[in-house]
Amino acid sequence: MVHECAVLELIVISSLNGVLFGMLLFLLSSGLTVIFSMMGVLNFAHASFYMLGAFFGFQLTKWIGFWPAFVLAPLLVGAIGMVVERYGLRNTHKHGHVAELLLTFGLAFAIEEIVSMIWGRSPVDYRVPALLDFPAFTIFSTNYPAYKIFMLAVSVVIFVALLLVLKRTRVGLIVQAALTHPHMVGHLGHNVGRVFMVVFGVGSALAGLAGVIAGPALVTQSDMAASLGPILFVVIVFGGLGSLPGAFVASLVIGLVQTFAVALNGSLASVFGPLDSPGGPSALSDIWNVTIAQVAPIIPYLLLVIILIVRPMGLMGTRES
Amino acid sequence: MTTATTSVSGPAANAAGENMRFYGVWLVGVIVLVVLPLVFSSGGSLTSFSLIGIAIVFALSYNILLGQTGLLSFGHAVHYGLGGFMACHMMNAVVSHGWPIPLPFIPLFGGLGGLAFAILVSWLMTKRAGTVFAMISLGIGELVASSSLILRSVFGGEAGITTDRTALPRMFGWTFGPQIQVYYLIAFWLVVSAIAMYALTRTPLGRISNAVRDNPERVQFIGYDPHVVRYLAYCFAGFFAGIAGGLAAISFEIANSAYLGAIQSGLVLFATFIGGTAYFFGPILGAILVTYLQLGLTSVTSVWQLYFGIIFIGIVMFSPGGIAGLLMMHRPLLRAGTLWTVIPSYLVAIVPTVALGCGVVLMIETIARYSGGEASAINLFGIAFNPRSPATWIAAAVLVAGGFVIARLTWRRIGEAWDRAATIARDRGYLA
Amino acid sequence: MRKLIWTLAVIAPMIGSAARAEDTIKLGYIDPLSGGGASVGEGGLKTFQYLAEEINAKGGILGRKVEIVPFDNKTNPQETLVQAQKAIDAGVRYITQGNGSSVGLALEDFVTKYNTRNPGKEVLYFNYAAVDPAMTNEKCSYWHFRWDASSDIKMEALTNYIKDVASIKKVYLINQDYSFGQSVRSDARKMLTAKRPDVQIVGDELHPLLKVTDFSPYIAKIKASGADSVITGNWGQDIALLLKAAADAGLKVNWYTYYAGGAGGPTAIKQTGLDHQVFQLTEGFANSGHQPAMDYEKAFRAKVNMSLWYPRAVNEMRMFKAAAEKANSVEPVKVAAALEDLKLEVLDGGTGFMRKDDHQFFQPIYISSFGKLAANEPFDEENTGWGWHLVTKVDTPQAMVSTTCKMTRP
Repeated sequence: MVHECAVLELIVISSLNGVLFGMLLFLLSSGLTVIFSMMGVLNFAHASFYMLGAFFGFQLTKWIGFWPAFVLAPLLVGAIGMVVERYGLRNTHKHGHVAELLLTFGLAFAIEEIVSMIWGRSPVDYRVPALLDFPAFTIFSTNYPAYKIFMLAVSVVIFVALLLVLKRTRVGLIVQAALTHPHMVGHLGHNVGRVFMVVFGVGSALAGLAGVIAGPALVTQSDMAASLGPILFVVIVFGGLGSLPGAFVASLVIGLVQTFAVALNGSLASVFGPLDSPGGPSALSDIWNVTIAQVAPIIPYLLLVIILIVRPMGLMGTRES
Repeated sequence: MTTATTSVSGPAANAAGENMRFYGVWLVGVIVLVVLPLVFSSGGSLTSFSLIGIAIVFALSYNILLGQTGLLSFGHAVHYGLGGFMACHMMNAVVSHGWPIPLPFIPLFGGLGGLAFAILVSWLMTKRAGTVFAMISLGIGELVASSSLILRSVFGGEAGITTDRTALPRMFGWTFGPQIQVYYLIAFWLVVSAIAMYALTRTPLGRISNAVRDNPERVQFIGYDPHVVRYLAYCFAGFFAGIAGGLAAISFEIANSAYLGAIQSGLVLFATFIGGTAYFFGPILGAILVTYLQLGLTSVTSVWQLYFGIIFIGIVMFSPGGIAGLLMMHRPLLRAGTLWTVIPSYLVAIVPTVALGCGVVLMIETIARYSGGEASAINLFGIAFNPRSPATWIAAAVLVAGGFVIARLTWRRIGEAWDRAATIARDRGYLA
Repeated sequence: MRKLIWTLAVIAPMIGSAARAEDTIKLGYIDPLSGGGASVGEGGLKTFQYLAEEINAKGGILGRKVEIVPFDNKTNPQETLVQAQKAIDAGVRYITQGNGSSVGLALEDFVTKYNTRNPGKEVLYFNYAAVDPAMTNEKCSYWHFRWDASSDIKMEALTNYIKDVASIKKVYLINQDYSFGQSVRSDARKMLTAKRPDVQIVGDELHPLLKVTDFSPYIAKIKASGADSVITGNWGQDIALLLKAAADAGLKVNWYTYYAGGAGGPTAIKQTGLDHQVFQLTEGFANSGHQPAMDYEKAFRAKVNMSLWYPRAVNEMRMFKAAAEKANSVEPVKVAAALEDLKLEVLDGGTGFMRKDDHQFFQPIYISSFGKLAANEPFDEENTGWGWHLVTKVDTPQAMVSTTCKMTRP
């Protein structure tokens, strides 16, 4: 009975943690999905915009408080994104997607250095606002802070709002149409260039919003972009390029998989018994003894490679690139 | 797109003369490689030259993917690193088993290591090109880099695998202890690999790779499978990257997980793109420049990464053909004899452009030191600027603003002069 | 253009290599000065520059001034070797380095090979922070000297303390999955079972290095295990995020850490509000109560505007001076010989010595906790208002380990 209780506790808590982490991933990758699906640009600087959001959030919180920062910082980041699109990407567009991607690659380098020039390289003291600094509820004597629930709520609101805008509004229809038939949309008299600029701005603003929110929960420092960048690509490619629900599902899957991988402490050795290797440590014995928890963070990459080989359009995508 | 296509397009091309010039360029390259260490013989410059040599082989191998076949890989360092590990293990095995394999053959095993992994994974990777390939390469790169820390018996964990290059059987009585001998070993492999990779671009495989890059559907129509072509190209790229890794292992006598990582993959992409992917010599220029910047900039400024980013953005935006593309643009003008009409406008543009550059550098350094709390003066061309004095800030602002306004005017002049020269060149049939 | 690039590429290394007059003693400082590790590397550089100024103000070493020559290695082993070569070209005969055991091991190997291949031009490697036990055991080198306590020494000290604390009954180990984290984990297991067989090790976790963004699943496991104490070697964001997740979930345990005091650590602990629940093992700290050390700390903070992270750097430089004076030479070979078995009154009080067998410095180890300051504790960290408070001092004999080093002497 005690044993069953512990298993139940583990499952409930891991699911909760998994959902919370997954929603954070979605918050981060929603902007990237919007940009990628619209413009086909793999924005390597997306995580840098997220970092900018966190640092703007930190600075504005210091000056005018968290809630104004919560609104202003994403707008600032969005404005920067629009400038980047207007004066950078638009000029590069004619040279193809590789050139665009490399532009954002260089941008990521520059932004990281600029951020560390201004705010230094040590983590800054960016705190959860006092209004949300209390445990929301307790399950199995584990507290869940209100701030995490707030993050979850924001993610869900963004998901629903984006979905509504894309599916139900005129703007969304143009965006959807430009996704598949950019020339046609252009011929119909829409300014595709401006649509792109706005889309890139909105995507960047979403990254900025993620930064403002995730900054206090994680560590706000100048290498936070580099450590989170690649996993975002995994999410959007895994979910399917251009599919918002796909990114949502992929975020949840990756969040849950990672969390449960940590919770399950198994290794091949614990399942099949210790390896009978006479020759001391070898590559096989290394693999044999490694626990699932140890490899948890590389599981997403494994999933990515597998899904791309099996289903190149991703989980819920409709086209390949 | 390659040197060859440009060279035959000139109607006045003299085949024999072209040949002479072609071999002449290679010969000059070899002579430079031989003479270089005699002129600059300090340990530091020898190490730098060795690193540049390795970087050139690596960048050329990457260009088989990016430039020749149009495959954007984010995980090319995997083959470089595995080549390095293979070479280190091989060296240790040679010593412990007493095999009669001298050091100069070790890079070959590095290459085989890189090739073996390429054969293993790239069949599935190269099914598709474009974004799907790029993402798979990113995933594979992360997987291998992370696994290298888990598979300790093979990769030696954090510390990596160390080896002693002098313990191997000798060849020509060389111990390969002194860096100069290692330099010549690297130079030798550089020449061999460069010739082999150049030859590869002239084979039917090299040609069909270009076709796969430009239009895979048509390649399919004429009876080739683009997948197979991409696969073969990937294997060659893996092989030469492995050779570069093997050379690095010999030079450093250590292989560790940093070889395999995303930073290494990013650097080679950087070098190849900056140099220019459309010409064979592009990655060579890029590798020289990037390695030089990497070694040199870091001792000058702590914000070298920002300069890297700015240079990269600048090249992507203003010269997507890289340095090689920029240079080769002048070739038709040179042939048509109209280059001299452009040069005066270049000379005029130099002054404000340099002023703009200095202004940007001064501004970046001022901000970097101001926020870093450092009071040390910035030394720019022998003039000391104090980051705390408003005069420095004003000087930087004036240089940036003034330089930009005037430089823009002169750039426009270059554009006009260029158009005139190009029109004449076109009339004379040197420019398509 | 091509010519220009070539000329630049060729000239620059040459300028760097121009030999300079041999009137100063050049100490090459090779650590990250750009990129992610720069905040730590720059702190170390400022410390050594302060120490050099201090020595020079008192007449230098044997009348010669000490010059710190910084080199940026970006925490990359290959880059380190290039920089070491550059340093040697610039006339450096003493190298000091600290960040990253992989870098340290590569450098140790390089220095050993270099000295074998270039007799008469020997270089010494003074290690102030790379703590992999391998460096003074199976991979030990005559040319390497370490002033930091290696990870097994700290574990020896910690377990000697835990031995007498009856309230510690269930211990959870969580460490980063690389050589350092693994040695912390295996030493903890070995030494705890030997000294406190009644203590249960209720969990033993390795997580990937600097890749985890959400530690709540780990915290859930720690909570489920019923542990009362956690031992961790985590550093950087891995310790900050771990403690944040613990505070969020309301986990009440004591944290015995190696690096909670690293750059950014105090800020993170203050955020979590874990008052005097996070412990750290160091060879000295600001509020140690030893008056000369506290005066030194005060002067250091006033001048450099940071807390003295590396009391061992002070020991290193003082001992360097003492050894050179004992040998009456600044020739590395003679200094190395003089350093062996040399004794030193360490900064924070007590005696330390450089063991001849493995070139590891042994010294008292302090266990301190982070939280609100008492009246006689003047120093806080990172402007948090909180600081380190003395828990216990483990004297040198209780902080010693054996070595497997078979040193090859020249």
